[in-house]
Order: sequence, then C-alpha cells, then structure tokens
Amino acid sequence: MAAIFELQDISFSYEAIPAIRGLTLKIEAGNRIALLGANGSGKSTLLRILDALYFPASGSVKFKGDALTQERLQEEEFFLNFRRSVALVFQNPDVQLFNPTVFDEVAYGPLQLQWSREEVILRVEETLQTMSISHLRDRSPYRLSGGEKKRVALASVLVLDPEVLLLDEPTATLDPKSQSQVIDLIQHWKGTARTVVTATHQLEIVEDIADRVLVLEAGAVIAEGTPSEILSNTDLLLRANLIHAHRHSHGGVEHSHPHLHGHSRHEHEHDHEH
Amino acid sequence: MSRNATRNSSRNTSRNSFLESTLQGFARAVSKALQSEQAATQPGLLQQLDPRVRVLGILALVVSVILCRRPEAIAAIFLVAVALAVASRVSLTSLARRVWLVVLGFSGVIAVPALFLTPGQPLFTAPALHLSISVQGVRTAVLLVLRVETAATLTTVLVLSTAWTHILKALRSLHLPAEIVTMLAMTHRYVFLLIETANQMFESRQSRTVGILSGAERRRMTTRTAGVLLSKSIELSQGVYLAMLSRGFRGDVRLLNDFRLQPRDYVSLTAFFLTACVAVWMGR
Repeated sequence: MAAIFELQDISFSYEAIPAIRGLTLKIEAGNRIALLGANGSGKSTLLRILDALYFPASGSVKFKGDALTQERLQEEEFFLNFRRSVALVFQNPDVQLFNPTVFDEVAYGPLQLQWSREEVILRVEETLQTMSISHLRDRSPYRLSGGEKKRVALASVLVLDPEVLLLDEPTATLDPKSQSQVIDLIQHWKGTARTVVTATHQLEIVEDIADRVLVLEAGAVIAEGTPSEILSNTDLLLRANLIHAHRHSHGGVEHSHPHLHGHSRHEHEHDHEH
Repeated sequence: MSRNATRNSSRNTSRNSFLESTLQGFARAVSKALQSEQAATQPGLLQQLDPRVRVLGILALVVSVILCRRPEAIAAIFLVAVALAVASRVSLTSLARRVWLVVLGFSGVIAVPALFLTPGQPLFTAPALHLSISVQGVRTAVLLVLRVETAATLTTVLVLSTAWTHILKALRSLHLPAEIVTMLAMTHRYVFLLIETANQMFESRQSRTVGILSGAERRRMTTRTAGVLLSKSIELSQGVYLAMLSRGFRGDVRLLNDFRLQPRDYVSLTAFFLTACVAVWMGR
C-alpha cells in the first residue's frame, strides 16, 4: 500500500524543551491510527508536523514520496495539493473558528485554495447539510455550544474532502451525545481511502476510531499494535500514564487496582472477601 | 448610626461590590451586543436593504452633515435619522441613552467655550464676570453639538440595524483592504471570548474571596487579570494563525461576496444621495 506519510528519525523542540525525539513512522492510505499518550507526550506536536505547521529540527518527513519542507510549500502547486489533501482539526475549536459566521468559516478553506465562487457556495451548502448544521449558517461562532463548535470545526475541513484527516482530541470536553456523533463520523470513514490520525488520551473511544494504535511517551513511540493488544497491556498503560492505580474500599477492606477514567466497560476482580 | 459609621459602611459595600460590579459590567457588554444583533434581524426599513446600500447611504448622509453650515439643514438630517431609526425598529430610548446623552456630554464640554469665545453680536452679558455670550457663539455651539449628534445617530442606526458581519462584508465589497476587514472581524470574534475568560477569572476569584478587598488588592487583581488575559490572547493568536495556515492562508485574505442588489436597493441608494445633496445645497 502507498505511504501517505513517512517520518524518519524526526526530532522537534520548543525552545530547549524536546517534544519529539527520534520518531520514525509510516502512515499508509486508508489507515485509521490513534495516537495515545498522556498530556505533554507529543501527540499534538506530531499532528502539527504532519500538517506541515511545524518542521522537525532533524530527520525527514515525506508526503506521498515528496519531501515535506518549507521550501517545497513555497511552490504553489505543491502547496495547494497538500493543503487540499491534509486537514487538521484543532483541539480548541475557538482557535479554529475565527470567521464571523459559520458559513464564512466553512467557506474559508476553499476560498484560500482558490476554488471558484460557485464551487465554494455549492460545497459549503452541501457540507452544512451533511453535518446537519445548516440552521447555524449565519450564527457567530461565539454563540455556539461546545458540540456545535466541534461540528463546525469538522465541517470547515471536511468541505475540502481531504485524503488525510488529523484530529486533535476530537471528543475532549464534549457531552456524551456530541462525542457519539463525532465517533460515528469517524466510524463512517472505515473502509474508505480516507486516512484518519486521531490524537487522544480517551481509551474508551480507541476501539471505535482506530485499527492501529501508537503509544507516545515523552515524544517517542513506546508501543504499537491493534487496539485490543494495546488496551489489554495494563503495564504499558500504567507506564504511559493512561491509567492509574485506584485505591478504594469494599466493606472496610481497602485495595487498589488499575483504573481507566471514563471506561464504561471496565471490570476488575477482587481477591478479598466482602 | 453616626456619620463615620455610615461612611465606613458605604465604603465597605463599595469594596465588596467591586467583583460583583465587574461581573455585571461583563454581562452588560455581552447583553448589549446580543441586543444589537437582535435589532439587526428585525423586519425594518434598513434591514430590507442590501448592506452595501445601507453603508453607502448612511456614509453619504454623514458626509452631508459635515459639509452643511446651517443648523436648520443638519436638524433636517437629524429628523431623517430619527425617522430611519423608527422605520428600522431601533429603540429611541436606547438611542437616547447610548448616543444622545453621551454625545451631548462630550460635545457640550467642547461647545461651551465657543459660546463665550466666538466674537459677534452680544446676546447675554454677565457684568460681574465680564463674560458675554454672542449670537454667533450660540450658533457655533449649536452647530457643533447638532453635527456630532446627527452623525453619531446615523452611524448607530446603521450598526443597530445591520449585523456586524454584513457591515464588514459591505466594507470589503466597497474595496476596503481585506487585511483591515479581517482584523476587524477577528477583533469582534475574539473580544467576546476574552470577555468570557475574564468573567470566569473574576467568578473564580469571587468564589474564593472572603471579607473586604483593599484598594491595593483590587488594583493588584485587576493588573494580574489584564496580564493573564494578554498572555492568553497571545497564545490564542498563535493558535489562530496556525489554523489559518492549515487551511491554506498564504498572506492574501480571500472573502466571499454573496450580496445581490434588488430594484429597491437602487431606489433607496438614489433617495439617500438625493437627500444628502439637497441637505448640502440647503446648508451651504
């Protein structure tokens, strides 16, 4: 299968603080990947490198076999093709929704990529309908709820029909219904050519959104596998700070066990009498 | 209760109410913005017109106010502005509170010296003070106040009858540089987010405040809030810039103009320009 992204031994630092260390990764077309890691593990930085917003200090990044560098992005054809093909949904929707109305927000990307006026209007209307947000078209983003903002943020990149979708904590801070809508959307792309890379620390959604999981710690991949392989490895999850030892008591007997926040299907056995 | 006790009590209440009044201020700012947006969606005369016609028409009237030299002509345009407000369902009470009284206060301060300093035929003299008011002085003061009141009324009627997004799009289609329009749009977009953030910071502070805050504490708190807001706004602007880059921004701002002129827009624009021209001719 053709590689969409090839990252070879890349490193990136914020001033003197390393965020990505010697990371090597290959992403193929149609992959649904979850980047798992605690806060500060480098997930968001990696997504920004994949979206060519940050460039690694060392190592190389290739997009469909071409070097992804600042110099290449100066070439108009490469720039337009890359920005149309790869889209990032930011963790904080307020960062992404900077236009006066929802319609303008969804139209922003196509306009920057020099689509014709008619095509922009047609695609925006279609996307608003697909995302069930047509009724919000003239609303200002500051008057939207958290779930609505997330849907508009998704619509603002889906309008481009990108090949690669990078999602940074797509379900964080959403209510259960909005979370479910976002997960349904990602599931809908299963089996299509669309590549989806999702950064999250919510273990309960991993099986629904990914076929392959990378666990990050301090800017490096410490494990890779299928969702069931990763989620069943308690030691790994403890090491990556994705679960923690939870202490509580039953009938006056105190004990501790690994604990997954928000994992609805979590069960554990007790080795003491109640 | 002694006079000192009363004074202390009132001072304490004012100190206690510092947080509450700040929070109320934030709530008022947001509420006013929401009210303005609601007025812009009312079925009124101006609301039915293309936003570009509204902007150009009001601009023509404001220019005519500046060019008029006779108070009678400006007063006539003021009446037109009030009629436009009524026909566009803009509350006159709101206009009086937000514009007329405020403008009267500011322009009045500037106009009062003109009463005494403009030479001309004396109208009233105060012998003890050696001051006299001239007919020309009164005319100058009235002209100044009337001019500012009318221009402010016209622009407020435009703002209250037009969604901010439409004003920006109209300005862009009238060839105001895209960079300026984008800056104005983003300022409007994020000012509410920062107000909300400041509001949450004050609420959080209020929930942990027991007793009375001294003047120094209040000043420190305000300074810290301003500092945190500044750092948050810098962080936000960096994020917004990355989000713009991610969706294809390369330095040139491209906006969509989806306005379409109707026959009534041409008629209205002609009426606006005719009124402005007649006012300038009468007021020369």
